[in-house]
Amino acid sequence: MNRKKLQKLTDTLTKNCKHFNKFEVNCLINLFYNLVGEVTERQGITIGLDRNAFRNILHMTFGMTDDMIMDRVFRGFDKDNDGYVNVSEWIYGLSVFLRGTLEEKMKYCFEVFDLNGDGFISKEEMFHMLKNSLLKQPSEEDPDEGIKDLVEITLKKMDHDHDGKLSFTDYEQAVREETLLLEAFGPCLPDPKNHPQLFHSHPRADGNSHLVWPRKDGNCI
Amino acid sequence: MSKQEVRFSGEWKKKEALKEAPKKEEAAALQKALPASGKSVLEKNYINFGKSQMTKRLQPSLNWKATFDFKEHKSLLRDTQEEKHGGRLERSGPPVSPRRSQLVRKSAEKIEEIISESSSESEEDEEPPDHHQEANAGLPSEYWQIQKLVKYLKGGNQTATVIALCSMQDFNLAQETCQLAIRDVGGLEVLINLLDTDEVKCKIGSLKILKEISHNPQIRRNIVDLGGLPIMVNILDSPHKSLKCLAAETIANVAKFRRGRRAVRRHGGITKLVALLDCAQNSGEPAQSSLYDARDVEVARCGALALWSCSKSYENKEAIRKAGGIPLLAGLLKTSHENMLIPVVGTLQECASEESYRTAIKAERIIENLVKNLNSENEQLQEHCAMAIYQCAEDKETRDLVRLHGGLKPLASLLNNTDNKERLAAVTGAIWKCSISKENVTKFREYKAIETLVGLLTDQPEEVLVNVVGALGECCQEYENRVLVRKCGGIQPLVNLLIGINQTLLVNVTKAVGACALEPESMTIIDRLDGVRLLWSLLKNPHPDVKASAAWALCPCIQNAKDAGEMVRSFVGGLELVVNLLRSDNKEVLASVCAAITNIAKDQENLAVITDHGVVPLLSKLANTNNDKLRRHLAEAISRCCMWGRNRAAFGEYKAVAPLVRYLKSNDTSVHQATAQALYQLSEDADNCIIMHENGAVKLLLDMVGSPDQDLQEAAAGCIYNIRKLALATEKARYT
Repeated sequence: MNRKKLQKLTDTLTKNCKHFNKFEVNCLINLFYNLVGEVTERQGITIGLDRNAFRNILHMTFGMTDDMIMDRVFRGFDKDNDGYVNVSEWIYGLSVFLRGTLEEKMKYCFEVFDLNGDGFISKEEMFHMLKNSLLKQPSEEDPDEGIKDLVEITLKKMDHDHDGKLSFTDYEQAVREETLLLEAFGPCLPDPKNHPQLFHSHPRADGNSHLVWPRKDGNCI
Repeated sequence: MSKQEVRFSGEWKKKEALKEAPKKEEAAALQKALPASGKSVLEKNYINFGKSQMTKRLQPSLNWKATFDFKEHKSLLRDTQEEKHGGRLERSGPPVSPRRSQLVRKSAEKIEEIISESSSESEEDEEPPDHHQEANAGLPSEYWQIQKLVKYLKGGNQTATVIALCSMQDFNLAQETCQLAIRDVGGLEVLINLLDTDEVKCKIGSLKILKEISHNPQIRRNIVDLGGLPIMVNILDSPHKSLKCLAAETIANVAKFRRGRRAVRRHGGITKLVALLDCAQNSGEPAQSSLYDARDVEVARCGALALWSCSKSYENKEAIRKAGGIPLLAGLLKTSHENMLIPVVGTLQECASEESYRTAIKAERIIENLVKNLNSENEQLQEHCAMAIYQCAEDKETRDLVRLHGGLKPLASLLNNTDNKERLAAVTGAIWKCSISKENVTKFREYKAIETLVGLLTDQPEEVLVNVVGALGECCQEYENRVLVRKCGGIQPLVNLLIGINQTLLVNVTKAVGACALEPESMTIIDRLDGVRLLWSLLKNPHPDVKASAAWALCPCIQNAKDAGEMVRSFVGGLELVVNLLRSDNKEVLASVCAAITNIAKDQENLAVITDHGVVPLLSKLANTNNDKLRRHLAEAISRCCMWGRNRAAFGEYKAVAPLVRYLKSNDTSVHQATAQALYQLSEDADNCIIMHENGAVKLLLDMVGSPDQDLQEAAAGCIYNIRKLALATEKARYT
C-alpha cells in the first residue's frame, strides 16, 4: 500500500478506534501486512487474514486453545462475514480484545457466546460450549449429566428474567454483579498474564508510544 | 487420541498433577489428591509423555495410595451400597500404560472414589454424590449441592471451575453448616490448590469463598494446617490489585489465632502486608483490566486489616515496626475514610503497648490524629482511638500532647455515654493514664469529669471499674479532688470495692482509698465503713501487688485515724500478720510493710506487741539491700522501733548497724535523712556507737551536717554528738 493511502487509513482508524493512538495503529497495520505476507494489491481480491492464519495468531500469541471459541472469535472479528479479517476489522477487533472497556467486552463476549446470533444464549448453546469442560468420569452413567447440571447452575445464576435463556440484559446484569462471569462459557479474551505489555501504552523517550508485540524475531516497533 | 480430548486434558491437568504434600496427617487425605502444577496453559498443551512427567505425578500418589487403601479397606468392611465404586476399587499400582487418557481416567477414578469414600464415611447414607439430592438423614440440601460443586471444581477446566466458584458464593457462607460442608467434602484442599495455579480468575473466585468461610475458627485452623497461608502470602506479590485485596482480607481472617499469626510472619507475610500500605507505591502499575483492578485505597485498607489481626502477637509487632510500618500507618491516619481508619488505629493501638512504638508514635505526630478522630461519629473508631491513647499515655510527653491537642475534653464528654461498654472501658482507660499528669487532672476537673467518674463507680463491668478507680486514684493525689470525691459520695462505693477478686481492680482501689485517707474527714468515713479492716485483710491476698498496695494505703489510714492505736489493736492477728510479711521476697511489699510498721510503731503498746512478734530480727535481716526505696522505709521503721525497751541494743546484736552506715553513701537524699535518723536513735546505745565509728560513719555524717535539710542536719549532728560523747567517756575512763 502506498504511503498516502496508509496515512489516510491510519488517520481513519485512529479516529474511530478509541483505544489505540496513532503510533500504535501504525504499528498494528504494519504487523497486519507482515502477517498477511507478500500479496500484491489487486482489485477484487480481499487482503486479509483467513480463518487459519487468524487462529494461528490466537494460539501462538495469546495462548488460546479452545477450537470452538477461537472459531467464534474469528467470527467476532470478521464483521462482514467474508471469511477474511481485513485491516480495519483487525484494528477494531484488537481494540476491544486488548483494551476494551467492560461494556465493550461484554458486548463482544456475548456475541461470541451467542452461537446462532439470535440475541439469546440458549441452553443448547451453553451445553455445546461447556461440553468439554468437565472431566468425563467413566463411572458416570450419563457423562452429560454433569454438563447439564452445570448449565442449570449457570442459568440459575444468570437468567434474571427466568425465560430459560440469557438475553444480553440478563448477561450484562450478571456480569456487573460478578465480573468473573464475563467469560463464563469459555476464554474468549486474552489472559493478561501472558503478555502484559500489550494491554497498555508504553510511552517511549521520544514521545511516541509503541506496541510491544511478541514475535519470534523480536518486537514490533 | 482426538485432539479435543488431548486439549481438554491439558487444561485440566493443572489441577490433576499431584504435588508433594508436606501437610499433616489428617484423615482427610483428599488434600493429596489434586494440588496444582502451576504451569501455564501454553506449556500444558505440549503433551509430554516423558517419564519424568509420569513419575512426578506418580511419586505422591504412593502416599496417597496408603490412605486410599485405608479407606478402601474400611469401606469394604462396612456393608455399603457402593456397587459402582466398591467393586471397582482397583489396586492403585503405578500405572504402566503410557497412554495419557488412561492415566487421566485412573486418577479420576481414584478421585471420585475418594470423594464417595469420604462422603460415605462422614455420614450414614451411602448415596453416590452425583445423584440429585434427596432428603437425607439430618443433612441439609446445601451439603449435597456443595459437594456437587466441589466435584466440578476438581473435575472441571477453568471455565467450569469459575462457574462452580461463582455458584458457591450464592450459598450463605456465613452459616456454619455451609462452611463445614465445604470442608467436609474436601473443598478446602481444592480451594487452596486453586490458589496455587496461575489462573487469576480461579484465584479470585477461590479467595472470595475462602475469605467468607475463614470467619469460622475451625476452618481457619484447617486452612493453616493445609498450608494455605504461604500461598496466600505469595499472592500478595501479584500485580493484580484485586487479588492483593482478597488475599489480604483472607489473611486478616485466618490470622485471628496464634498459630496463624506465626505462620504469616514465618513466610515473610508481614513485610508484604506493610508494603500494601504504601499507596503511592501501589499506583505504579497502570490498570490492566477492570476485572483485576482495585483502588489503591482499598489495597491499603485490606493490608491494614490483615496487619491488625497479625499485630496481636509480640513478634509481629516488632516485625511491623522493622518493616517500616509506623510511618505508613501514620500517613494513612490522615485520611478521612472510616473504613480505613478503624484497622489502622486498631493496629496502632495493639502495637502501642510496646515502648519502641511509643517513641515512634510521638515522632510521627500520630497523637494529633488520634485526638482528631475522637470526635468522629463512628463508635468503633472512637473506641480504638481511646485505646491507643491509653496505651501511649504511659509516656509523659504523650500525655502533654494529648492535652495540647485538645484531647481531654472529648474524652471527658464521652464519659457521659455509658451504653457502649467497650468504648467506655477504652475512654476511662485513656482518662486514667492521662491523669497521671497533674495538669491533665486540673483540666478534667474543669470538665467535671471527676463527678462523672464517681457516678460510674457502681453498676459497671469490671473493665470499666478498673479504669475509673485508677483515674480517681490519680486525681485524688490533689487535695481539692479528695474533697470533691468525698462530697460526691465517692467514698462508700470505693470502700465497697475493696471486696473483690480482680487483682488490678484491687490495686487501684487500695491506691484510691489510700489517697482519700489523707483527708481527715474522708478517713472518718472510711473508718466508719470498716474500710481499714478490709484493707488489712487484703494483706492476706496472694498477689504481691495487692499486698503492697494495701500496705501503702494503710499508712495514711493509721496516720489519720482517730485512736489509731486502738483501731490497729482491734484487728485480731493483724499485727502478727504485718510482721510476718517482712519475710516476703518482693521488694515493693517489703518497702510498703516497713512504711506501715513505721506508722504502727508510733503507738507504744503496738510497738511492744510487734517487738514481741520479732520485728527486730526481721528488720535487721533486710538491712543488706541496695534498693533505695526499701532502704529509706526500712531506716524509718528502724528509727521508730528503737524507741522501745532494749530494741536499740537488739538491732546492734542482729547486725543491722553496719549496713545502715552504708546507706549514707547512696545518692538519694531521702535515704540519707531516714538513715541519719535511724543512726541517731541507734547511737543512744554504746555498742552501736562503736560499730558506727568502726564503719566510718562519722565522716559521712559530718558531710550531712552541712546539708540544707534541717532535719537531716539535726539527726546527723545528734548522732555525731552521741558518738563523740562515748569516745570522750571512753577516754576519760582510760585515764581514771
